[in-house]
Amino acid sequence: MEMLEVKDLSVKVEGKLILKDMNFSLKEGVSHILFGPNGSGKTTLISTLMGLPGYEVVSGKILFRGIDITNKGVDERAKLGMIVSFQNPPEITGVKLGDLLKLCLSKGETDEFSTEETKRIEAFRLTSFLNRDTNVGFSGGERKRSEILQLIFLKPKLLLLDEPDSGVDVESLRMIAIEIQNYIESSGSSALIITHKGDILEYVKAEYGCILLEGQFHCFTDPMRIYDDIKRVGYEECVACRRRKPEGWKTEQTK
Amino acid sequence: MDTKAALKKYSWLEEYRWKLVSKDKDEFTKKVAEDYSGGYFMHILPGAEISFPLQSCLMITEKNLEQRVHNIIIAEEGSKAHIITSCVQHSSVPKAAHLGISEIYVKNNAMLNFTMIHQWSEDTLVRPRSATQVDDRATFVSNYVCMRPVRDVQMYPVAYCNGEDSRVSFNSILYGQKNSQLDIGSKAVLSGKGSKAEMVSRAIAREGSKMIIRGMIEGNNSECKGHLECRGLLMDDESLMQSIPELIARKKGVEITHEAAVGKISEKEITYLMTRRLSRDQAVSLIIRGFMDVSILGLPEALNAEIKNIVNTSANAE
Repeated sequence: MEMLEVKDLSVKVEGKLILKDMNFSLKEGVSHILFGPNGSGKTTLISTLMGLPGYEVVSGKILFRGIDITNKGVDERAKLGMIVSFQNPPEITGVKLGDLLKLCLSKGETDEFSTEETKRIEAFRLTSFLNRDTNVGFSGGERKRSEILQLIFLKPKLLLLDEPDSGVDVESLRMIAIEIQNYIESSGSSALIITHKGDILEYVKAEYGCILLEGQFHCFTDPMRIYDDIKRVGYEECVACRRRKPEGWKTEQTK
Repeated sequence: MDTKAALKKYSWLEEYRWKLVSKDKDEFTKKVAEDYSGGYFMHILPGAEISFPLQSCLMITEKNLEQRVHNIIIAEEGSKAHIITSCVQHSSVPKAAHLGISEIYVKNNAMLNFTMIHQWSEDTLVRPRSATQVDDRATFVSNYVCMRPVRDVQMYPVAYCNGEDSRVSFNSILYGQKNSQLDIGSKAVLSGKGSKAEMVSRAIAREGSKMIIRGMIEGNNSECKGHLECRGLLMDDESLMQSIPELIARKKGVEITHEAAVGKISEKEITYLMTRRLSRDQAVSLIIRGFMDVSILGLPEALNAEIKNIVNTSANAE
């Protein structure tokens, strides 16, 4: 069974068509890397998959593990096993990070973290943030660490990561990327990762990468190769060159 | 002890009575001056440290009663105390009025944390009139928590920071519901050298309630500082939230600021929590509980937990 199937998906944001007739699917236990210039619709895609308000599906369907979720609410999708980590998560005054993490673990407010969980929080260098309001006054890297830790505690089947590596120092990036890879490997879950950088590819094992440009996927191949080409010739040129197979992940994976 | 009994026992107490609040302030103070049923007198002796809260409780048990009380608190030099007063009403008493005068003295190097929790019924008129004098290096923290519906509360406690390096903070957590009318403010008069004032309000208005949140900081000394913060959440179109901050500077070194934000719960925050598997209702309730952040009250851990409980129970009851 496919983890996620997207059929003829078109999406409007504020009346403007951003994604056009997209078709692709994500396999179980596989990480996928999504490249694309600013404004190409990467965040729109992840937001639409998650069902965030403001992203209007004008046509098409989204199936998660065979279930049509096109019209399901954000929380329903999350409960089914899709979890997103935001590029710019909002500040939530009054909601302590510690309490939010407990909610992610389905713990009550008075429950304690287990030794294992405490170690994990320590590894993410977030222990001193537990009593602070979520994201309020957090640096870019602290926000990313908090996002990824929440995500791991939520034990998703599909991880939607919107630039987990932006605004993060080298050391944190390494830690985040290794944690993500460990989780994916041990849980057999799938991931769709948006990135601008290649650094994360050193730690996250991804066989499939593609470029999103003008609302369409292009160039399905080894993400490292794509990244090298983008660096060398840029997105436009990379897409224009049609040496690579245009069929999509689905055919690549099933061959 | 009861104010009337205390006045009989301690002749010097008369000197503290009607010194900070004027008898002629308004019709309510006049009524209490004419006749009052009692009240409490608390005397915290020099250097005493009271880590357990002093509890005082005023309860209305008769219908149509107009309760008139006069309270006096004296925190002597170097003392430290937390006082919690709850004003409650017996559930069988629907209609009443509460007029309360409180005069509070915080002497040199003393710290007084005064928390007032109001739980009235939907048809009660509440008119507290309080004033506090804060002496050299003394700290006065005044907290007000009102979580249950009430007909009409109007209060505007004043703190006179006359002492050098005297400090006052006013914090309020207000939950207006079922057509409650709350007009809550506080005023700090900074006359002492290095005196400081801080005011923080968190207010939620719903179900046709009308809330006016006032705050005034008056800087009369060139080395004083003050900050006023008001955050309000409006839950429906039937309610009203008005923030009226006032800053008065009379000396050029005065440093006083304010910030106010009134609006609905951010949709982005709700959605964010929903991506963490919370339903919309759970997300809203979590944000509201967080918004009513009792840690602004500066209470010791145990008291914090207790008040958090009261706030959560009320917020969840909806």
